Amino acid sequence: MADIQISNLVKTYPGGSERATDDVSLSIRDGEFTVLLGPSGCGKTTLLRMIAGLELPDSGSISIGGRDVTYLPPNKRNLSMVFQSYAVFPHRKVRYNIGFGLKMAKVPADEIERKVQWAADLLQLGPYLDRLPANLSGGQRQRVAVARAIVMDADVLLMDEPLSNLDALLRLTFRSELKKIVQDLGTTTVYVTHDQSEALSLGDQVAVMRKGRIAQLGDPLDVYDAPADRFVGGFIGSPPMNFLDAAVSHDGGTLVLGEQQLMAPSILRSFAGKDVLLGVRAENVAVNSTRSSGDVAATVLVVEPMGSTTLLTVEVDGHPLKVQAPPTFKTAPHRTVWLGFAPNTMRVYDRETSMALEAS
Amino acid sequence: MSTTVDTTPIGRRKRNRILLQAACIAVSLFMLIPIYLISLAALSSRESLNEFPLSLLPTHFSVETLNAFLGSTGIFGALGNSLIVGAGTLLLSALIGVPAGYALARFTFPGKDPYQLFLLFTRALPIVVLSVPLARLFLTVDIYDTTYAVILLHTALALPTTILISASVFLSVPIDVEEAARLFGCSPLGAFGRVVLPMALPGLAAASIFTFVMSWNEVLGASILTLDHRTLPAQVLSSLSDSPLAYRFAGGFALVIPSIIFIALMRRYLTNMWGSTIR
Repeated sequence: MADIQISNLVKTYPGGSERATDDVSLSIRDGEFTVLLGPSGCGKTTLLRMIAGLELPDSGSISIGGRDVTYLPPNKRNLSMVFQSYAVFPHRKVRYNIGFGLKMAKVPADEIERKVQWAADLLQLGPYLDRLPANLSGGQRQRVAVARAIVMDADVLLMDEPLSNLDALLRLTFRSELKKIVQDLGTTTVYVTHDQSEALSLGDQVAVMRKGRIAQLGDPLDVYDAPADRFVGGFIGSPPMNFLDAAVSHDGGTLVLGEQQLMAPSILRSFAGKDVLLGVRAENVAVNSTRSSGDVAATVLVVEPMGSTTLLTVEVDGHPLKVQAPPTFKTAPHRTVWLGFAPNTMRVYDRETSMALEAS
Repeated sequence: MSTTVDTTPIGRRKRNRILLQAACIAVSLFMLIPIYLISLAALSSRESLNEFPLSLLPTHFSVETLNAFLGSTGIFGALGNSLIVGAGTLLLSALIGVPAGYALARFTFPGKDPYQLFLLFTRALPIVVLSVPLARLFLTVDIYDTTYAVILLHTALALPTTILISASVFLSVPIDVEEAARLFGCSPLGAFGRVVLPMALPGLAAASIFTFVMSWNEVLGASILTLDHRTLPAQVLSSLSDSPLAYRFAGGFALVIPSIIFIALMRRYLTNMWGSTIR
């Protein structure tokens, strides 16, 4: 187990003009579960592969447990990894696959046997130890890949979208199982995904990446509640955060949405008169069929019952907005509903830079 | 009320299936009948070959013709030479071609595309054009009329296919599996030996069939580069015009059988070893 220090990592692929990672610095504490989250092409996999030693950076440094590993080959870093495509060895039985890393590390045979058995029990692979991977289902192959990674006692466990090839139901059950296994191991873990729900549910800290840079690094709930910019808010959450053009009134006390007004969060006092972008999560908007004071009128466009909630697409001042209503809420397209915004759940962004506005 | 079921599509499907079977049988017969006829002739007594009409069933089984063929001067040695040349070509072309194919599959290097094109250049030249200068060269370095000379020529002829086939075989081995091996402690060579090579073996076996059969059948170069140490096809060819009919059939049989046995042996590796695709 070890901490990871990444500083100023720059990587440009040969023939590519844009930097795959652009001066990325990241610090991961010993035993921490860090998720690299972002859309495809954001550099998250490149960053992981540089930690693994499968790609070499152009400049910058990586150290694991205080040891500089920036240009060390992968087999000298004491890592283990779960690959997106499982990457189990098809020509060898499950038992050999799981024990492969230990065998390479010249661990005694009885010790290997013991650890393989332990991992197989943990991942319910016991009955399959003497099968070839071709005779396993996709989920079982992924279990083999995880078992192979966790027997290693590695300093760092790397996972590259390990759940993305599983079907939706299996993904959900295996996700919680994976979280428990990694928690019990206590190994420093770096996990790459493009699925925001995986990132929020698994990570101790989440690094949201975009265009080779880390857009926001923080606790999953902080990232969810207070996205640092419009990109993060739009990427995380299902449905994503709503963004509305608004203006701060001249006294800084209200937000003006077209012809309607809202109570402004207190931090806006220093931005009186400024045009801003209002960000609000669907579940933070109260939907009522009758008006109470401070509410904003909206016209219903689409009603989508989801079972546990009903998702409404409404229109405020010409802007579409997704809001959540209780499943019992009855409405229909073209009706008017009243939306209540709580000032402490509103986030406000600069319209030019898309960055969150902070009280100055 | 009952609806009439239109069964014509099923009938059509049945007919197509029968046609397909018939086509398969026709193609198989096209390949098998010459082999059968030559085996029949080689294993019949000399007299029965002159009978008319010729019996199409093995009624006069005898190994006399074959014995006479194998006993005639130079044939036994030529058979040995052919085996040596075939095995030597296989080994040498694998030794050079497999690493070259791996490099083509895994690395990008300047001049990669011209290199691939250039590989085929050897096959663009007629064997006679290659062999005559080679014969001169081999005379000066004193390996003319040896199996080495033929091995070298056959290796040169086999390399393009060996390299290109093994490159495509290595391309089909997923790179993640190799990376996983590296991550779990293998050196680059270790990952190749423990993971990539075993996974590539069926494909490489296919490449080796091409190589062996090519070497076994190649006659022109072998005839030019040797005098006393001929391979079997070269030996048979040189005595073909002034030998009896039975000898020709026996020679043809001796030429066909070893390649068929070799293909039958390697076939096991062609069909997948692990019950499913390697991915």
